Amino acid sequence: MLSKTINCPTPEATFELGERLGAALKGGDVVLLKGPLGAGKTLFTKGILSALGFDTADVTSPSFTLVNRYEADLTIYHIDLWRIEDPEGASFSVGLGEILEDEDAVVVIEWAERLGAFDFGVDPVEVEISGDGDSPREITVSGEIVFEGD
Amino acid sequence: MLVLGIESSCDETAAAVVEDGRRILSSVISSQIDIHRQFGGVVPEIASREHLLKIDPVVDEALEKAGVAIGDIDAVAVTNGPGLIGSLLVGVNYAKALAMGLGIPFIGVNHIEGHFFSVVFENPPIEYPAMALIVSGGHTNLFLAPEPGKYELLSRTRDDAAGEAFDKVAKMLGLGYPGGPVIERYAREGDPKAIRFPIAKISDGKPDFSFSGLKTAVVRYLRENGIEPVKEGEEPSNEIKDICASFQDTAVRTLLKNTRKLAKELRPKVLIVAGGVACNETLRTASEKLAESLGVTVYFPSKHLSTDNAAMIAAAGHFHLQRGERSATDLTADVNIRLQNTGEHVSAKDGRKVPYRI
Repeated sequence: MLSKTINCPTPEATFELGERLGAALKGGDVVLLKGPLGAGKTLFTKGILSALGFDTADVTSPSFTLVNRYEADLTIYHIDLWRIEDPEGASFSVGLGEILEDEDAVVVIEWAERLGAFDFGVDPVEVEISGDGDSPREITVSGEIVFEGD
Repeated sequence: MLVLGIESSCDETAAAVVEDGRRILSSVISSQIDIHRQFGGVVPEIASREHLLKIDPVVDEALEKAGVAIGDIDAVAVTNGPGLIGSLLVGVNYAKALAMGLGIPFIGVNHIEGHFFSVVFENPPIEYPAMALIVSGGHTNLFLAPEPGKYELLSRTRDDAAGEAFDKVAKMLGLGYPGGPVIERYAREGDPKAIRFPIAKISDGKPDFSFSGLKTAVVRYLRENGIEPVKEGEEPSNEIKDICASFQDTAVRTLLKNTRKLAKELRPKVLIVAGGVACNETLRTASEKLAESLGVTVYFPSKHLSTDNAAMIAAAGHFHLQRGERSATDLTADVNIRLQNTGEHVSAKDGRKVPYRI
């Protein structure tokens, strides 16, 4: 498995790294985003969506809706499990099993650690973001994926 | 004209009978809040199942309270977006089937336009151009309505909705869900100037809202000062109350900063502040002050009309029905539906056009 840590000094850099990863994604891929509140997970997802042809001004946090579905070059499910603390409740609450059956979709999950040990059926790409506020971010991307500038 | 309004976009199943678009004969709201509280927010899968169980009795109760028979209804208005897909579908299909069975017209209503119409029952008629700040758990939008039925989206959130920021901060502080009322309660006992949280600036210069930075600032403050969340059953410390007050103050100033700037530029006759967050007294007081300083009249819905309800949907539906509009039988739920049918507003300051979209 490949693993690479990239230093992102600005929010723009976080967005651009999201774009680079997004450009390498294909239907059936699952991306798990980890990092504390305010790390930039939604911003990173905006980058992924931008690379897949979506107008990112329309992308907002799914903490309220739990799952947002976007139709771009591919279907993208943007999931946020922050407020669901029970692992069984987490997958049920968003209908995750059904979403993962859609092989043409990219599934991006914030706070995937809420799922506990979960079988995605594929090896997910893991993105771990550390840092918050104005400080630079260290972003580690691991998984069977090769992206531009890697 | 009697319109039956139906609303099921999120976690309230609601039905109302409204006469001539202005008089509420009944407004019944069945809230699922107690079911969702344990999950710290609405769970879509559970919400849609609850709507299925509740919609029929809620409609019956609305008719009974209005003292009308189902055959007296002239038309049905139903929320068809934005909202949660499973929840919306229950209302839309129920309303369609009911209207078709009765042989009466029906119309799909944009939930946000419903909030715009929530002020028609208790205020003088809306004068145009009107500006509307619609703030809730799921939405944070500022509109200009240059004339009846025309809406231009001036500003929206780039990340978290305002109500969502309240929910997130309440959860971080251990105060539970929903966050709005509990933060407001403790904020009353705290000092709004105790902590300086930042008001977000949007890097591309558009007058949009952002609440993610404020949330992060609260997280950071808690960590740097070693503040633990309130334990269940415990009274929050003064420190927590100060955080509530300072956060709320910053959230309200964030909402009104854009509103002030755009109202100065566009000179509306009326400012509407509606949606669940419009229950917040600090927002109401600050909006009144802002409106007064600008020489604008401000309209609020009363609290039971601020949160999701079907009376506002019936009123908005009545407006469109009066203009001869009808929905076709292929009406469906649209989670991403926008409220924007006019535009090309050029901000004098940044000179950039807000894109036209419907």
